[in-house]
Amino acid sequence: MHPAFSVIFLTTLIGAGQGLFLALYTGQVYNTFGVVGEPVPVDMYITGTVIVTLLMGLGLFASFFHLGRPERAWRSATKWRTSWLAREVIVLPAFAGAAVIWGALQYFGLDPVLVTTDALQIKLSLVIGFGAGVLALLLYICTGMIYAAIKFIQEWASPLTIINYILLGLASGFSLAVALAAYYGSPLVDAYALWALVFTLIGFLTRMLALRRNGRIKRKSTACTAIGVRHPKITQISQGAMGGSFNTREFFHHKTPQFLHTIKVFFLIMAFVVPFTLLVIGWSNHLFVLLVAAALVQYVGLLAERWFFFAQANHPQNLYYQAT
Amino acid sequence: MTQLALVIDLNVCVGCSACVTSCKEWNTSSEGGKGMVDKNPYGKDPTGTFFNRVQTFEVGEYPNVETVHFPKSCLHCEDPPCVPVCPTGASYKRKEDGIVLVDYDKCIGCKYCSWACPYGAREIDEQQKVMKKCTLCVDRIYDTTLREDRRKPACVLACPTSARLFGDVHDPASEVSIAINERGGYQLMPEWGTRPANHYLPRHKVKSQVTEESLNRIDNPLKKEEQRAPASNDLPSLDDFLF
Ligand code: SF4
Ligand code: SF4
Repeated sequence: MHPAFSVIFLTTLIGAGQGLFLALYTGQVYNTFGVVGEPVPVDMYITGTVIVTLLMGLGLFASFFHLGRPERAWRSATKWRTSWLAREVIVLPAFAGAAVIWGALQYFGLDPVLVTTDALQIKLSLVIGFGAGVLALLLYICTGMIYAAIKFIQEWASPLTIINYILLGLASGFSLAVALAAYYGSPLVDAYALWALVFTLIGFLTRMLALRRNGRIKRKSTACTAIGVRHPKITQISQGAMGGSFNTREFFHHKTPQFLHTIKVFFLIMAFVVPFTLLVIGWSNHLFVLLVAAALVQYVGLLAERWFFFAQANHPQNLYYQAT
Repeated sequence: MTQLALVIDLNVCVGCSACVTSCKEWNTSSEGGKGMVDKNPYGKDPTGTFFNRVQTFEVGEYPNVETVHFPKSCLHCEDPPCVPVCPTGASYKRKEDGIVLVDYDKCIGCKYCSWACPYGAREIDEQQKVMKKCTLCVDRIYDTTLREDRRKPACVLACPTSARLFGDVHDPASEVSIAINERGGYQLMPEWGTRPANHYLPRHKVKSQVTEESLNRIDNPLKKEEQRAPASNDLPSLDDFLF
């Protein structure tokens, strides 16, 4: 497939946004239930919410470049019963809205205590945050299913696609949260760093699994089934267009296999190895700059990862365009 | 239930692309067509939107090689994967005749349906920025101002070898159903369960068996004459009886 930058930015930005929110909420849960004793500066939650909103907004903005008729985008929620894309279109603003409310409650100090027991106080924001957290996870599933639901793009039609969207989003979100917590001198740094490392590591493993799986795919469609002629040797000699067509532009990356390979190695290093190392060093030595660098490098790595995700997918329609 | 479809006879298609140009012409100039854009039509890399393209494949290796001209447009699948994925409902399949259509006023041009079509039958219109595909000339086939035998898709009328048949594949008595039944009509990429309504008729070679016996019959009566006793001048000939 042709990797479109609008979609690459959309999926990576919102993935990080959801991850960051889940990190912030994890912080709140830890505080409430006394996992991390000292109170966290509320400023961190507020700045965090602003960043989450920004990431979601930027993602949404990028997605508009993918549409031919963005002025009609409002229509795209209609078919939520059948279309994962429509579901994403609904869940995305719902999540962003819930996250904003969660941040606003804290900003305005309007956070009534709902239930009090001996040791805990369950505040309104904890409940709202839970809802937002569920929406964030749902959004990962929607995004992943958009790709995993197309059964004949065999590289995508696997549960690993969804798992990777979740894990890589969480990894990038928690990496961001580490930097944020370190900036505010929050005691949550340790917990965030630990989670960021865990998600990066598991994400690395599942992404490697996906790469292994995709390297061994047995194609269900062949030139024989495409044109219905049984013969081992079928060569295309004309494809119904001289100067290319939508089909040759949308479904091919037009890059060399070497380029693809380079990107693969690049993203494995930039999205996993380098940020993991930077996180470990930055965390153990309290180096704020390294923690910021880890988050940024990982984001760049994930851009490359997403590019590769699209480029690697081989659409069966390409069987009709073998002469490109 | 009706399911309109095309049946394409690969045995007689000569790859002339008359269907391609007539499709383009009808869908560009007809009232309902709204045009199919061309970019750079006379330049170096001409490109544009087509509903139907004829591709050519070579099967086998010289000298045992065969050329297959292969026209392909939207197959109006009975279980179209392109329809449920559409977030706006712009893509839909008509209940009354099974035609898969795009509502150009609703489509947002997200291209998701084109990803979800395994056949590459959908193409975006770079000018209107909406998804387009074969409509089976839905604006022709029901037009009662046309003569009845002209109420067919433009490609079917244009084909000089009658390689394109049009009709209801759910009606067992229709021309298309009979052709599919009697001549081994098949569907493309059956492995994805899309159940394309369009079918293709396979190529078949007409071979007549000519045996040695049929050229040189052992009891050939003609050859028997050669076994006649030689004529002799002493015997009366036919002329002798005629005087
Ligand atoms: S051929 Fe493609 S566009 Fe046409 S109905 Fe089937 S899946 Fe949809
Ligand atoms: S491009 Fe148009 S028809 Fe296709 S899925 Fe998007 S909105 Fe639906």
